[in-house]
Amino acid sequence: MTIADVVKLLDAEILCGEDHLDTEIHTACGSDMMSDVLAYVKDQSVLLTGLLNPQVVRTAEMMDMLCIVFVRGKRPEPAVVELAKDKGIVLLSTEKRLFVACGILYTNGLGG
Amino acid sequence: MDCVRLEYDVDGENFASAGNASESVKRTLKQLGVSPASVRRVAIAMYEGEINMVIHAHGGKAIAEIYPDHIGIYLKDSGPGIADIDLAMKAGYSTATENIRSLGFGAGMGLPNMKKYSDEMTIDSTVGVGTTVYLRIDF
Repeated sequence: MTIADVVKLLDAEILCGEDHLDTEIHTACGSDMMSDVLAYVKDQSVLLTGLLNPQVVRTAEMMDMLCIVFVRGKRPEPAVVELAKDKGIVLLSTEKRLFVACGILYTNGLGG
Repeated sequence: MDCVRLEYDVDGENFASAGNASESVKRTLKQLGVSPASVRRVAIAMYEGEINMVIHAHGGKAIAEIYPDHIGIYLKDSGPGIADIDLAMKAGYSTATENIRSLGFGAGMGLPNMKKYSDEMTIDSTVGVGTTVYLRIDF
């Protein structure tokens, strides 16, 4: 699927990265613990999280991830959005909870 | 042998800027044409180290020496030191506070992860004096 599909499936708001919505993605992970993302994730291109600080964007950048989805209706500070813009990472916000958001993407073909 | 040497001050008071040095090294390696897989190993290992310096040791210095076939990274701090390095290397062991965990770190995976992504890692630490971690990653 593409990032645009994620936007549609999660009824998400696009916070930045409108230019990259056509990018193909195949896998995702969900975690509030960046330590675990750095330790266990391999080649996942989407990160779903309820954590909002700048290190979420840094972690995604180090892992070459393309898109971050903030769950539970959360929105990060403008400085975090700016950092993501700078790195070319798409930021989305959805009202759905982490478990539900992951479930929707998984059942629609996104792998773990 | 000639190398590209990069040196950074890691600001221990600014959690938001943690990762700046690793990002800069990542960008430089990409520009030098190092393979994406190697670049990612360097980025993750160094970023974990940088985060450690900020959350445990009030910052310090990060030095990267880039050679044609590998990179050497020195992470030097004047923090509290590590009393039991074997214990600190155990996955899941952490002395991080609840405050650090609420920021998404402190799961006790930092040092094991740095070892996992590097080809050589040495820790030189004295309690009350500081810690120097050396990482070598082959390209």
